[in-house]
Amino acid sequence: MSRAARTYALPRLSLRFLPVWRRNFLVWRKLTIPSILGNLADPLLYMLGFGYGLGALLPEMQGISYIAFIAAGTVCSSTMMTASFEAMYSSFSRMHVQRTWDAILNTPIDLDDVVIAEVVWAASKATLSGMAVLLVATLLGLTQSWLALGLVPLVMVLGLTFASLGLIMTALSPSYDFFMYYFTLALTPMMLLCGVFFPIEQLPDALQAAAQALPLTHAVALARPLMNDTMPSAWLLHSVVLTLYCLAGFYLAMVLTRRRLLK
Amino acid sequence: MRKRYGESEVVAGVDLQLRSGECFGLLGPNGAGKTTTLRLCLGLTAPDAGSIRLIGIDVIADPRQARARVGVVPQMDNLDPDFTVEENLVVYGRYFGLADREIRARIPELLEFAGLATRAQARINTLSGGMKRRLTLARALVNDPDLIFLDEPTTGLDPQARHLIWGRLKQLVADGKTLFLTTHFMDEAERLCDRLSVLDHGRIVASGAPRALIAQHIEPQVVEVYGDGVAAWAERHGRSLAERCEHSGETVFCYTHDAAPLVAHLEPRHDLRYLHRHANLEDVFMKLTGRELRD
Repeated sequence: MSRAARTYALPRLSLRFLPVWRRNFLVWRKLTIPSILGNLADPLLYMLGFGYGLGALLPEMQGISYIAFIAAGTVCSSTMMTASFEAMYSSFSRMHVQRTWDAILNTPIDLDDVVIAEVVWAASKATLSGMAVLLVATLLGLTQSWLALGLVPLVMVLGLTFASLGLIMTALSPSYDFFMYYFTLALTPMMLLCGVFFPIEQLPDALQAAAQALPLTHAVALARPLMNDTMPSAWLLHSVVLTLYCLAGFYLAMVLTRRRLLK
Repeated sequence: MRKRYGESEVVAGVDLQLRSGECFGLLGPNGAGKTTTLRLCLGLTAPDAGSIRLIGIDVIADPRQARARVGVVPQMDNLDPDFTVEENLVVYGRYFGLADREIRARIPELLEFAGLATRAQARINTLSGGMKRRLTLARALVNDPDLIFLDEPTTGLDPQARHLIWGRLKQLVADGKTLFLTTHFMDEAERLCDRLSVLDHGRIVASGAPRALIAQHIEPQVVEVYGDGVAAWAERHGRSLAERCEHSGETVFCYTHDAAPLVAHLEPRHDLRYLHRHANLEDVFMKLTGRELRD
């Protein structure tokens, strides 16, 4: 097989990634409290602060209370942020700073397995974070029916998507500073444009069109009705867009990581 | 094996064969192609041409199975800083598909070998450089490999720590393991290696047992001369008294079969100082790879 063929080959999926996932889990278990605090306190503060503070001035938004509106957005945005942080800063540490991947690659585990482990691990943390926000929202009476369980697979796919996108940045990054570009040019715009805090219909046409191209928009468009006992309109379209982002992102992360490390 | 990066052929036709149970050394200046050779051997990168077999397993076709039988001590420490000594071994053993029970059964022996029996629960950042190296060596043994690759295993260690590592490596060879070692410490290679090859510009320029290489390439006696005016001295006297002189920095290296006339000439001089010794592997290395600095 030529070098190009190896780089662009489809990812080889197997369960060999599990020991690497377990390694990351073991590290996380030692740092559970600060880690959970970081992944949970931040989104909850936004949700409660804006939800109750701003919500007091806004009687309703799209037929629901403002805090219920923002709760659905927060489940998605906290998933996005947790996956992104893990797949960038933490994966970069393991790949480049601590050389953990080098140690692993000297064993029967290969780079495809490591990339899969990193994506699944970041998605696992992100799922935990999204589910924790959903749980708090449910305890506050902000979910209306069992339909809200639809958020479980949604958050998982969203976690895999942003883990993959983050890992693309990691594969391209010369240093930690590089991630600021992605935060400023991708994650912050998504936080603000994708319907987390207000309906995208409020935006000018051009920004609305841009928002439609972003993955977080489609996740929020699914999550909000599901939490409020409504089947999302165009659910198939939203699901397909998210899945495509997820698959394309994962493939690209794999190709770019191979290109960086298998020279 | 051949491997090209862009215009430069980093490994330009390297042919190596290890014998079971020996310690083999690969020597070469920085940039000679040692690291790329190791990466090729481990199946971490694919050669442009050639074939590689480890313990009878085709590395290109089945790198995973080959690595299952091999241990690696990398040049840069990459122990898991968040884990204890014991956890490092357990987690690493899992990468080989070993069950926790199997790994835990091996840990006392591995810690004993590494001289870390009392440090099982210690955090990595509390260990000295020498302890970390020994733990890395123990980690490379977690799968009970037949062949162990060591990439500059004693770089950055103090002399005591280095001697301890050498002792452990000799013990491994005595236990029947095969070692593949890269180093640029010539005394290390001379002490440990049964055979070695010198790599330069991606090619093997010499191979053999350390003593045989010295006998083959270098006059047996060396006199190192240094002091003010040593260059002028070499021109006027050195070249006639020795068979060969090499000037490097502040020192002139004189190579000869009989150093007596040279020593008799130097002894009464107070402007120059000298050191008379047997030729060693470093002399061979310098002769084969040149004295200019490699970056």
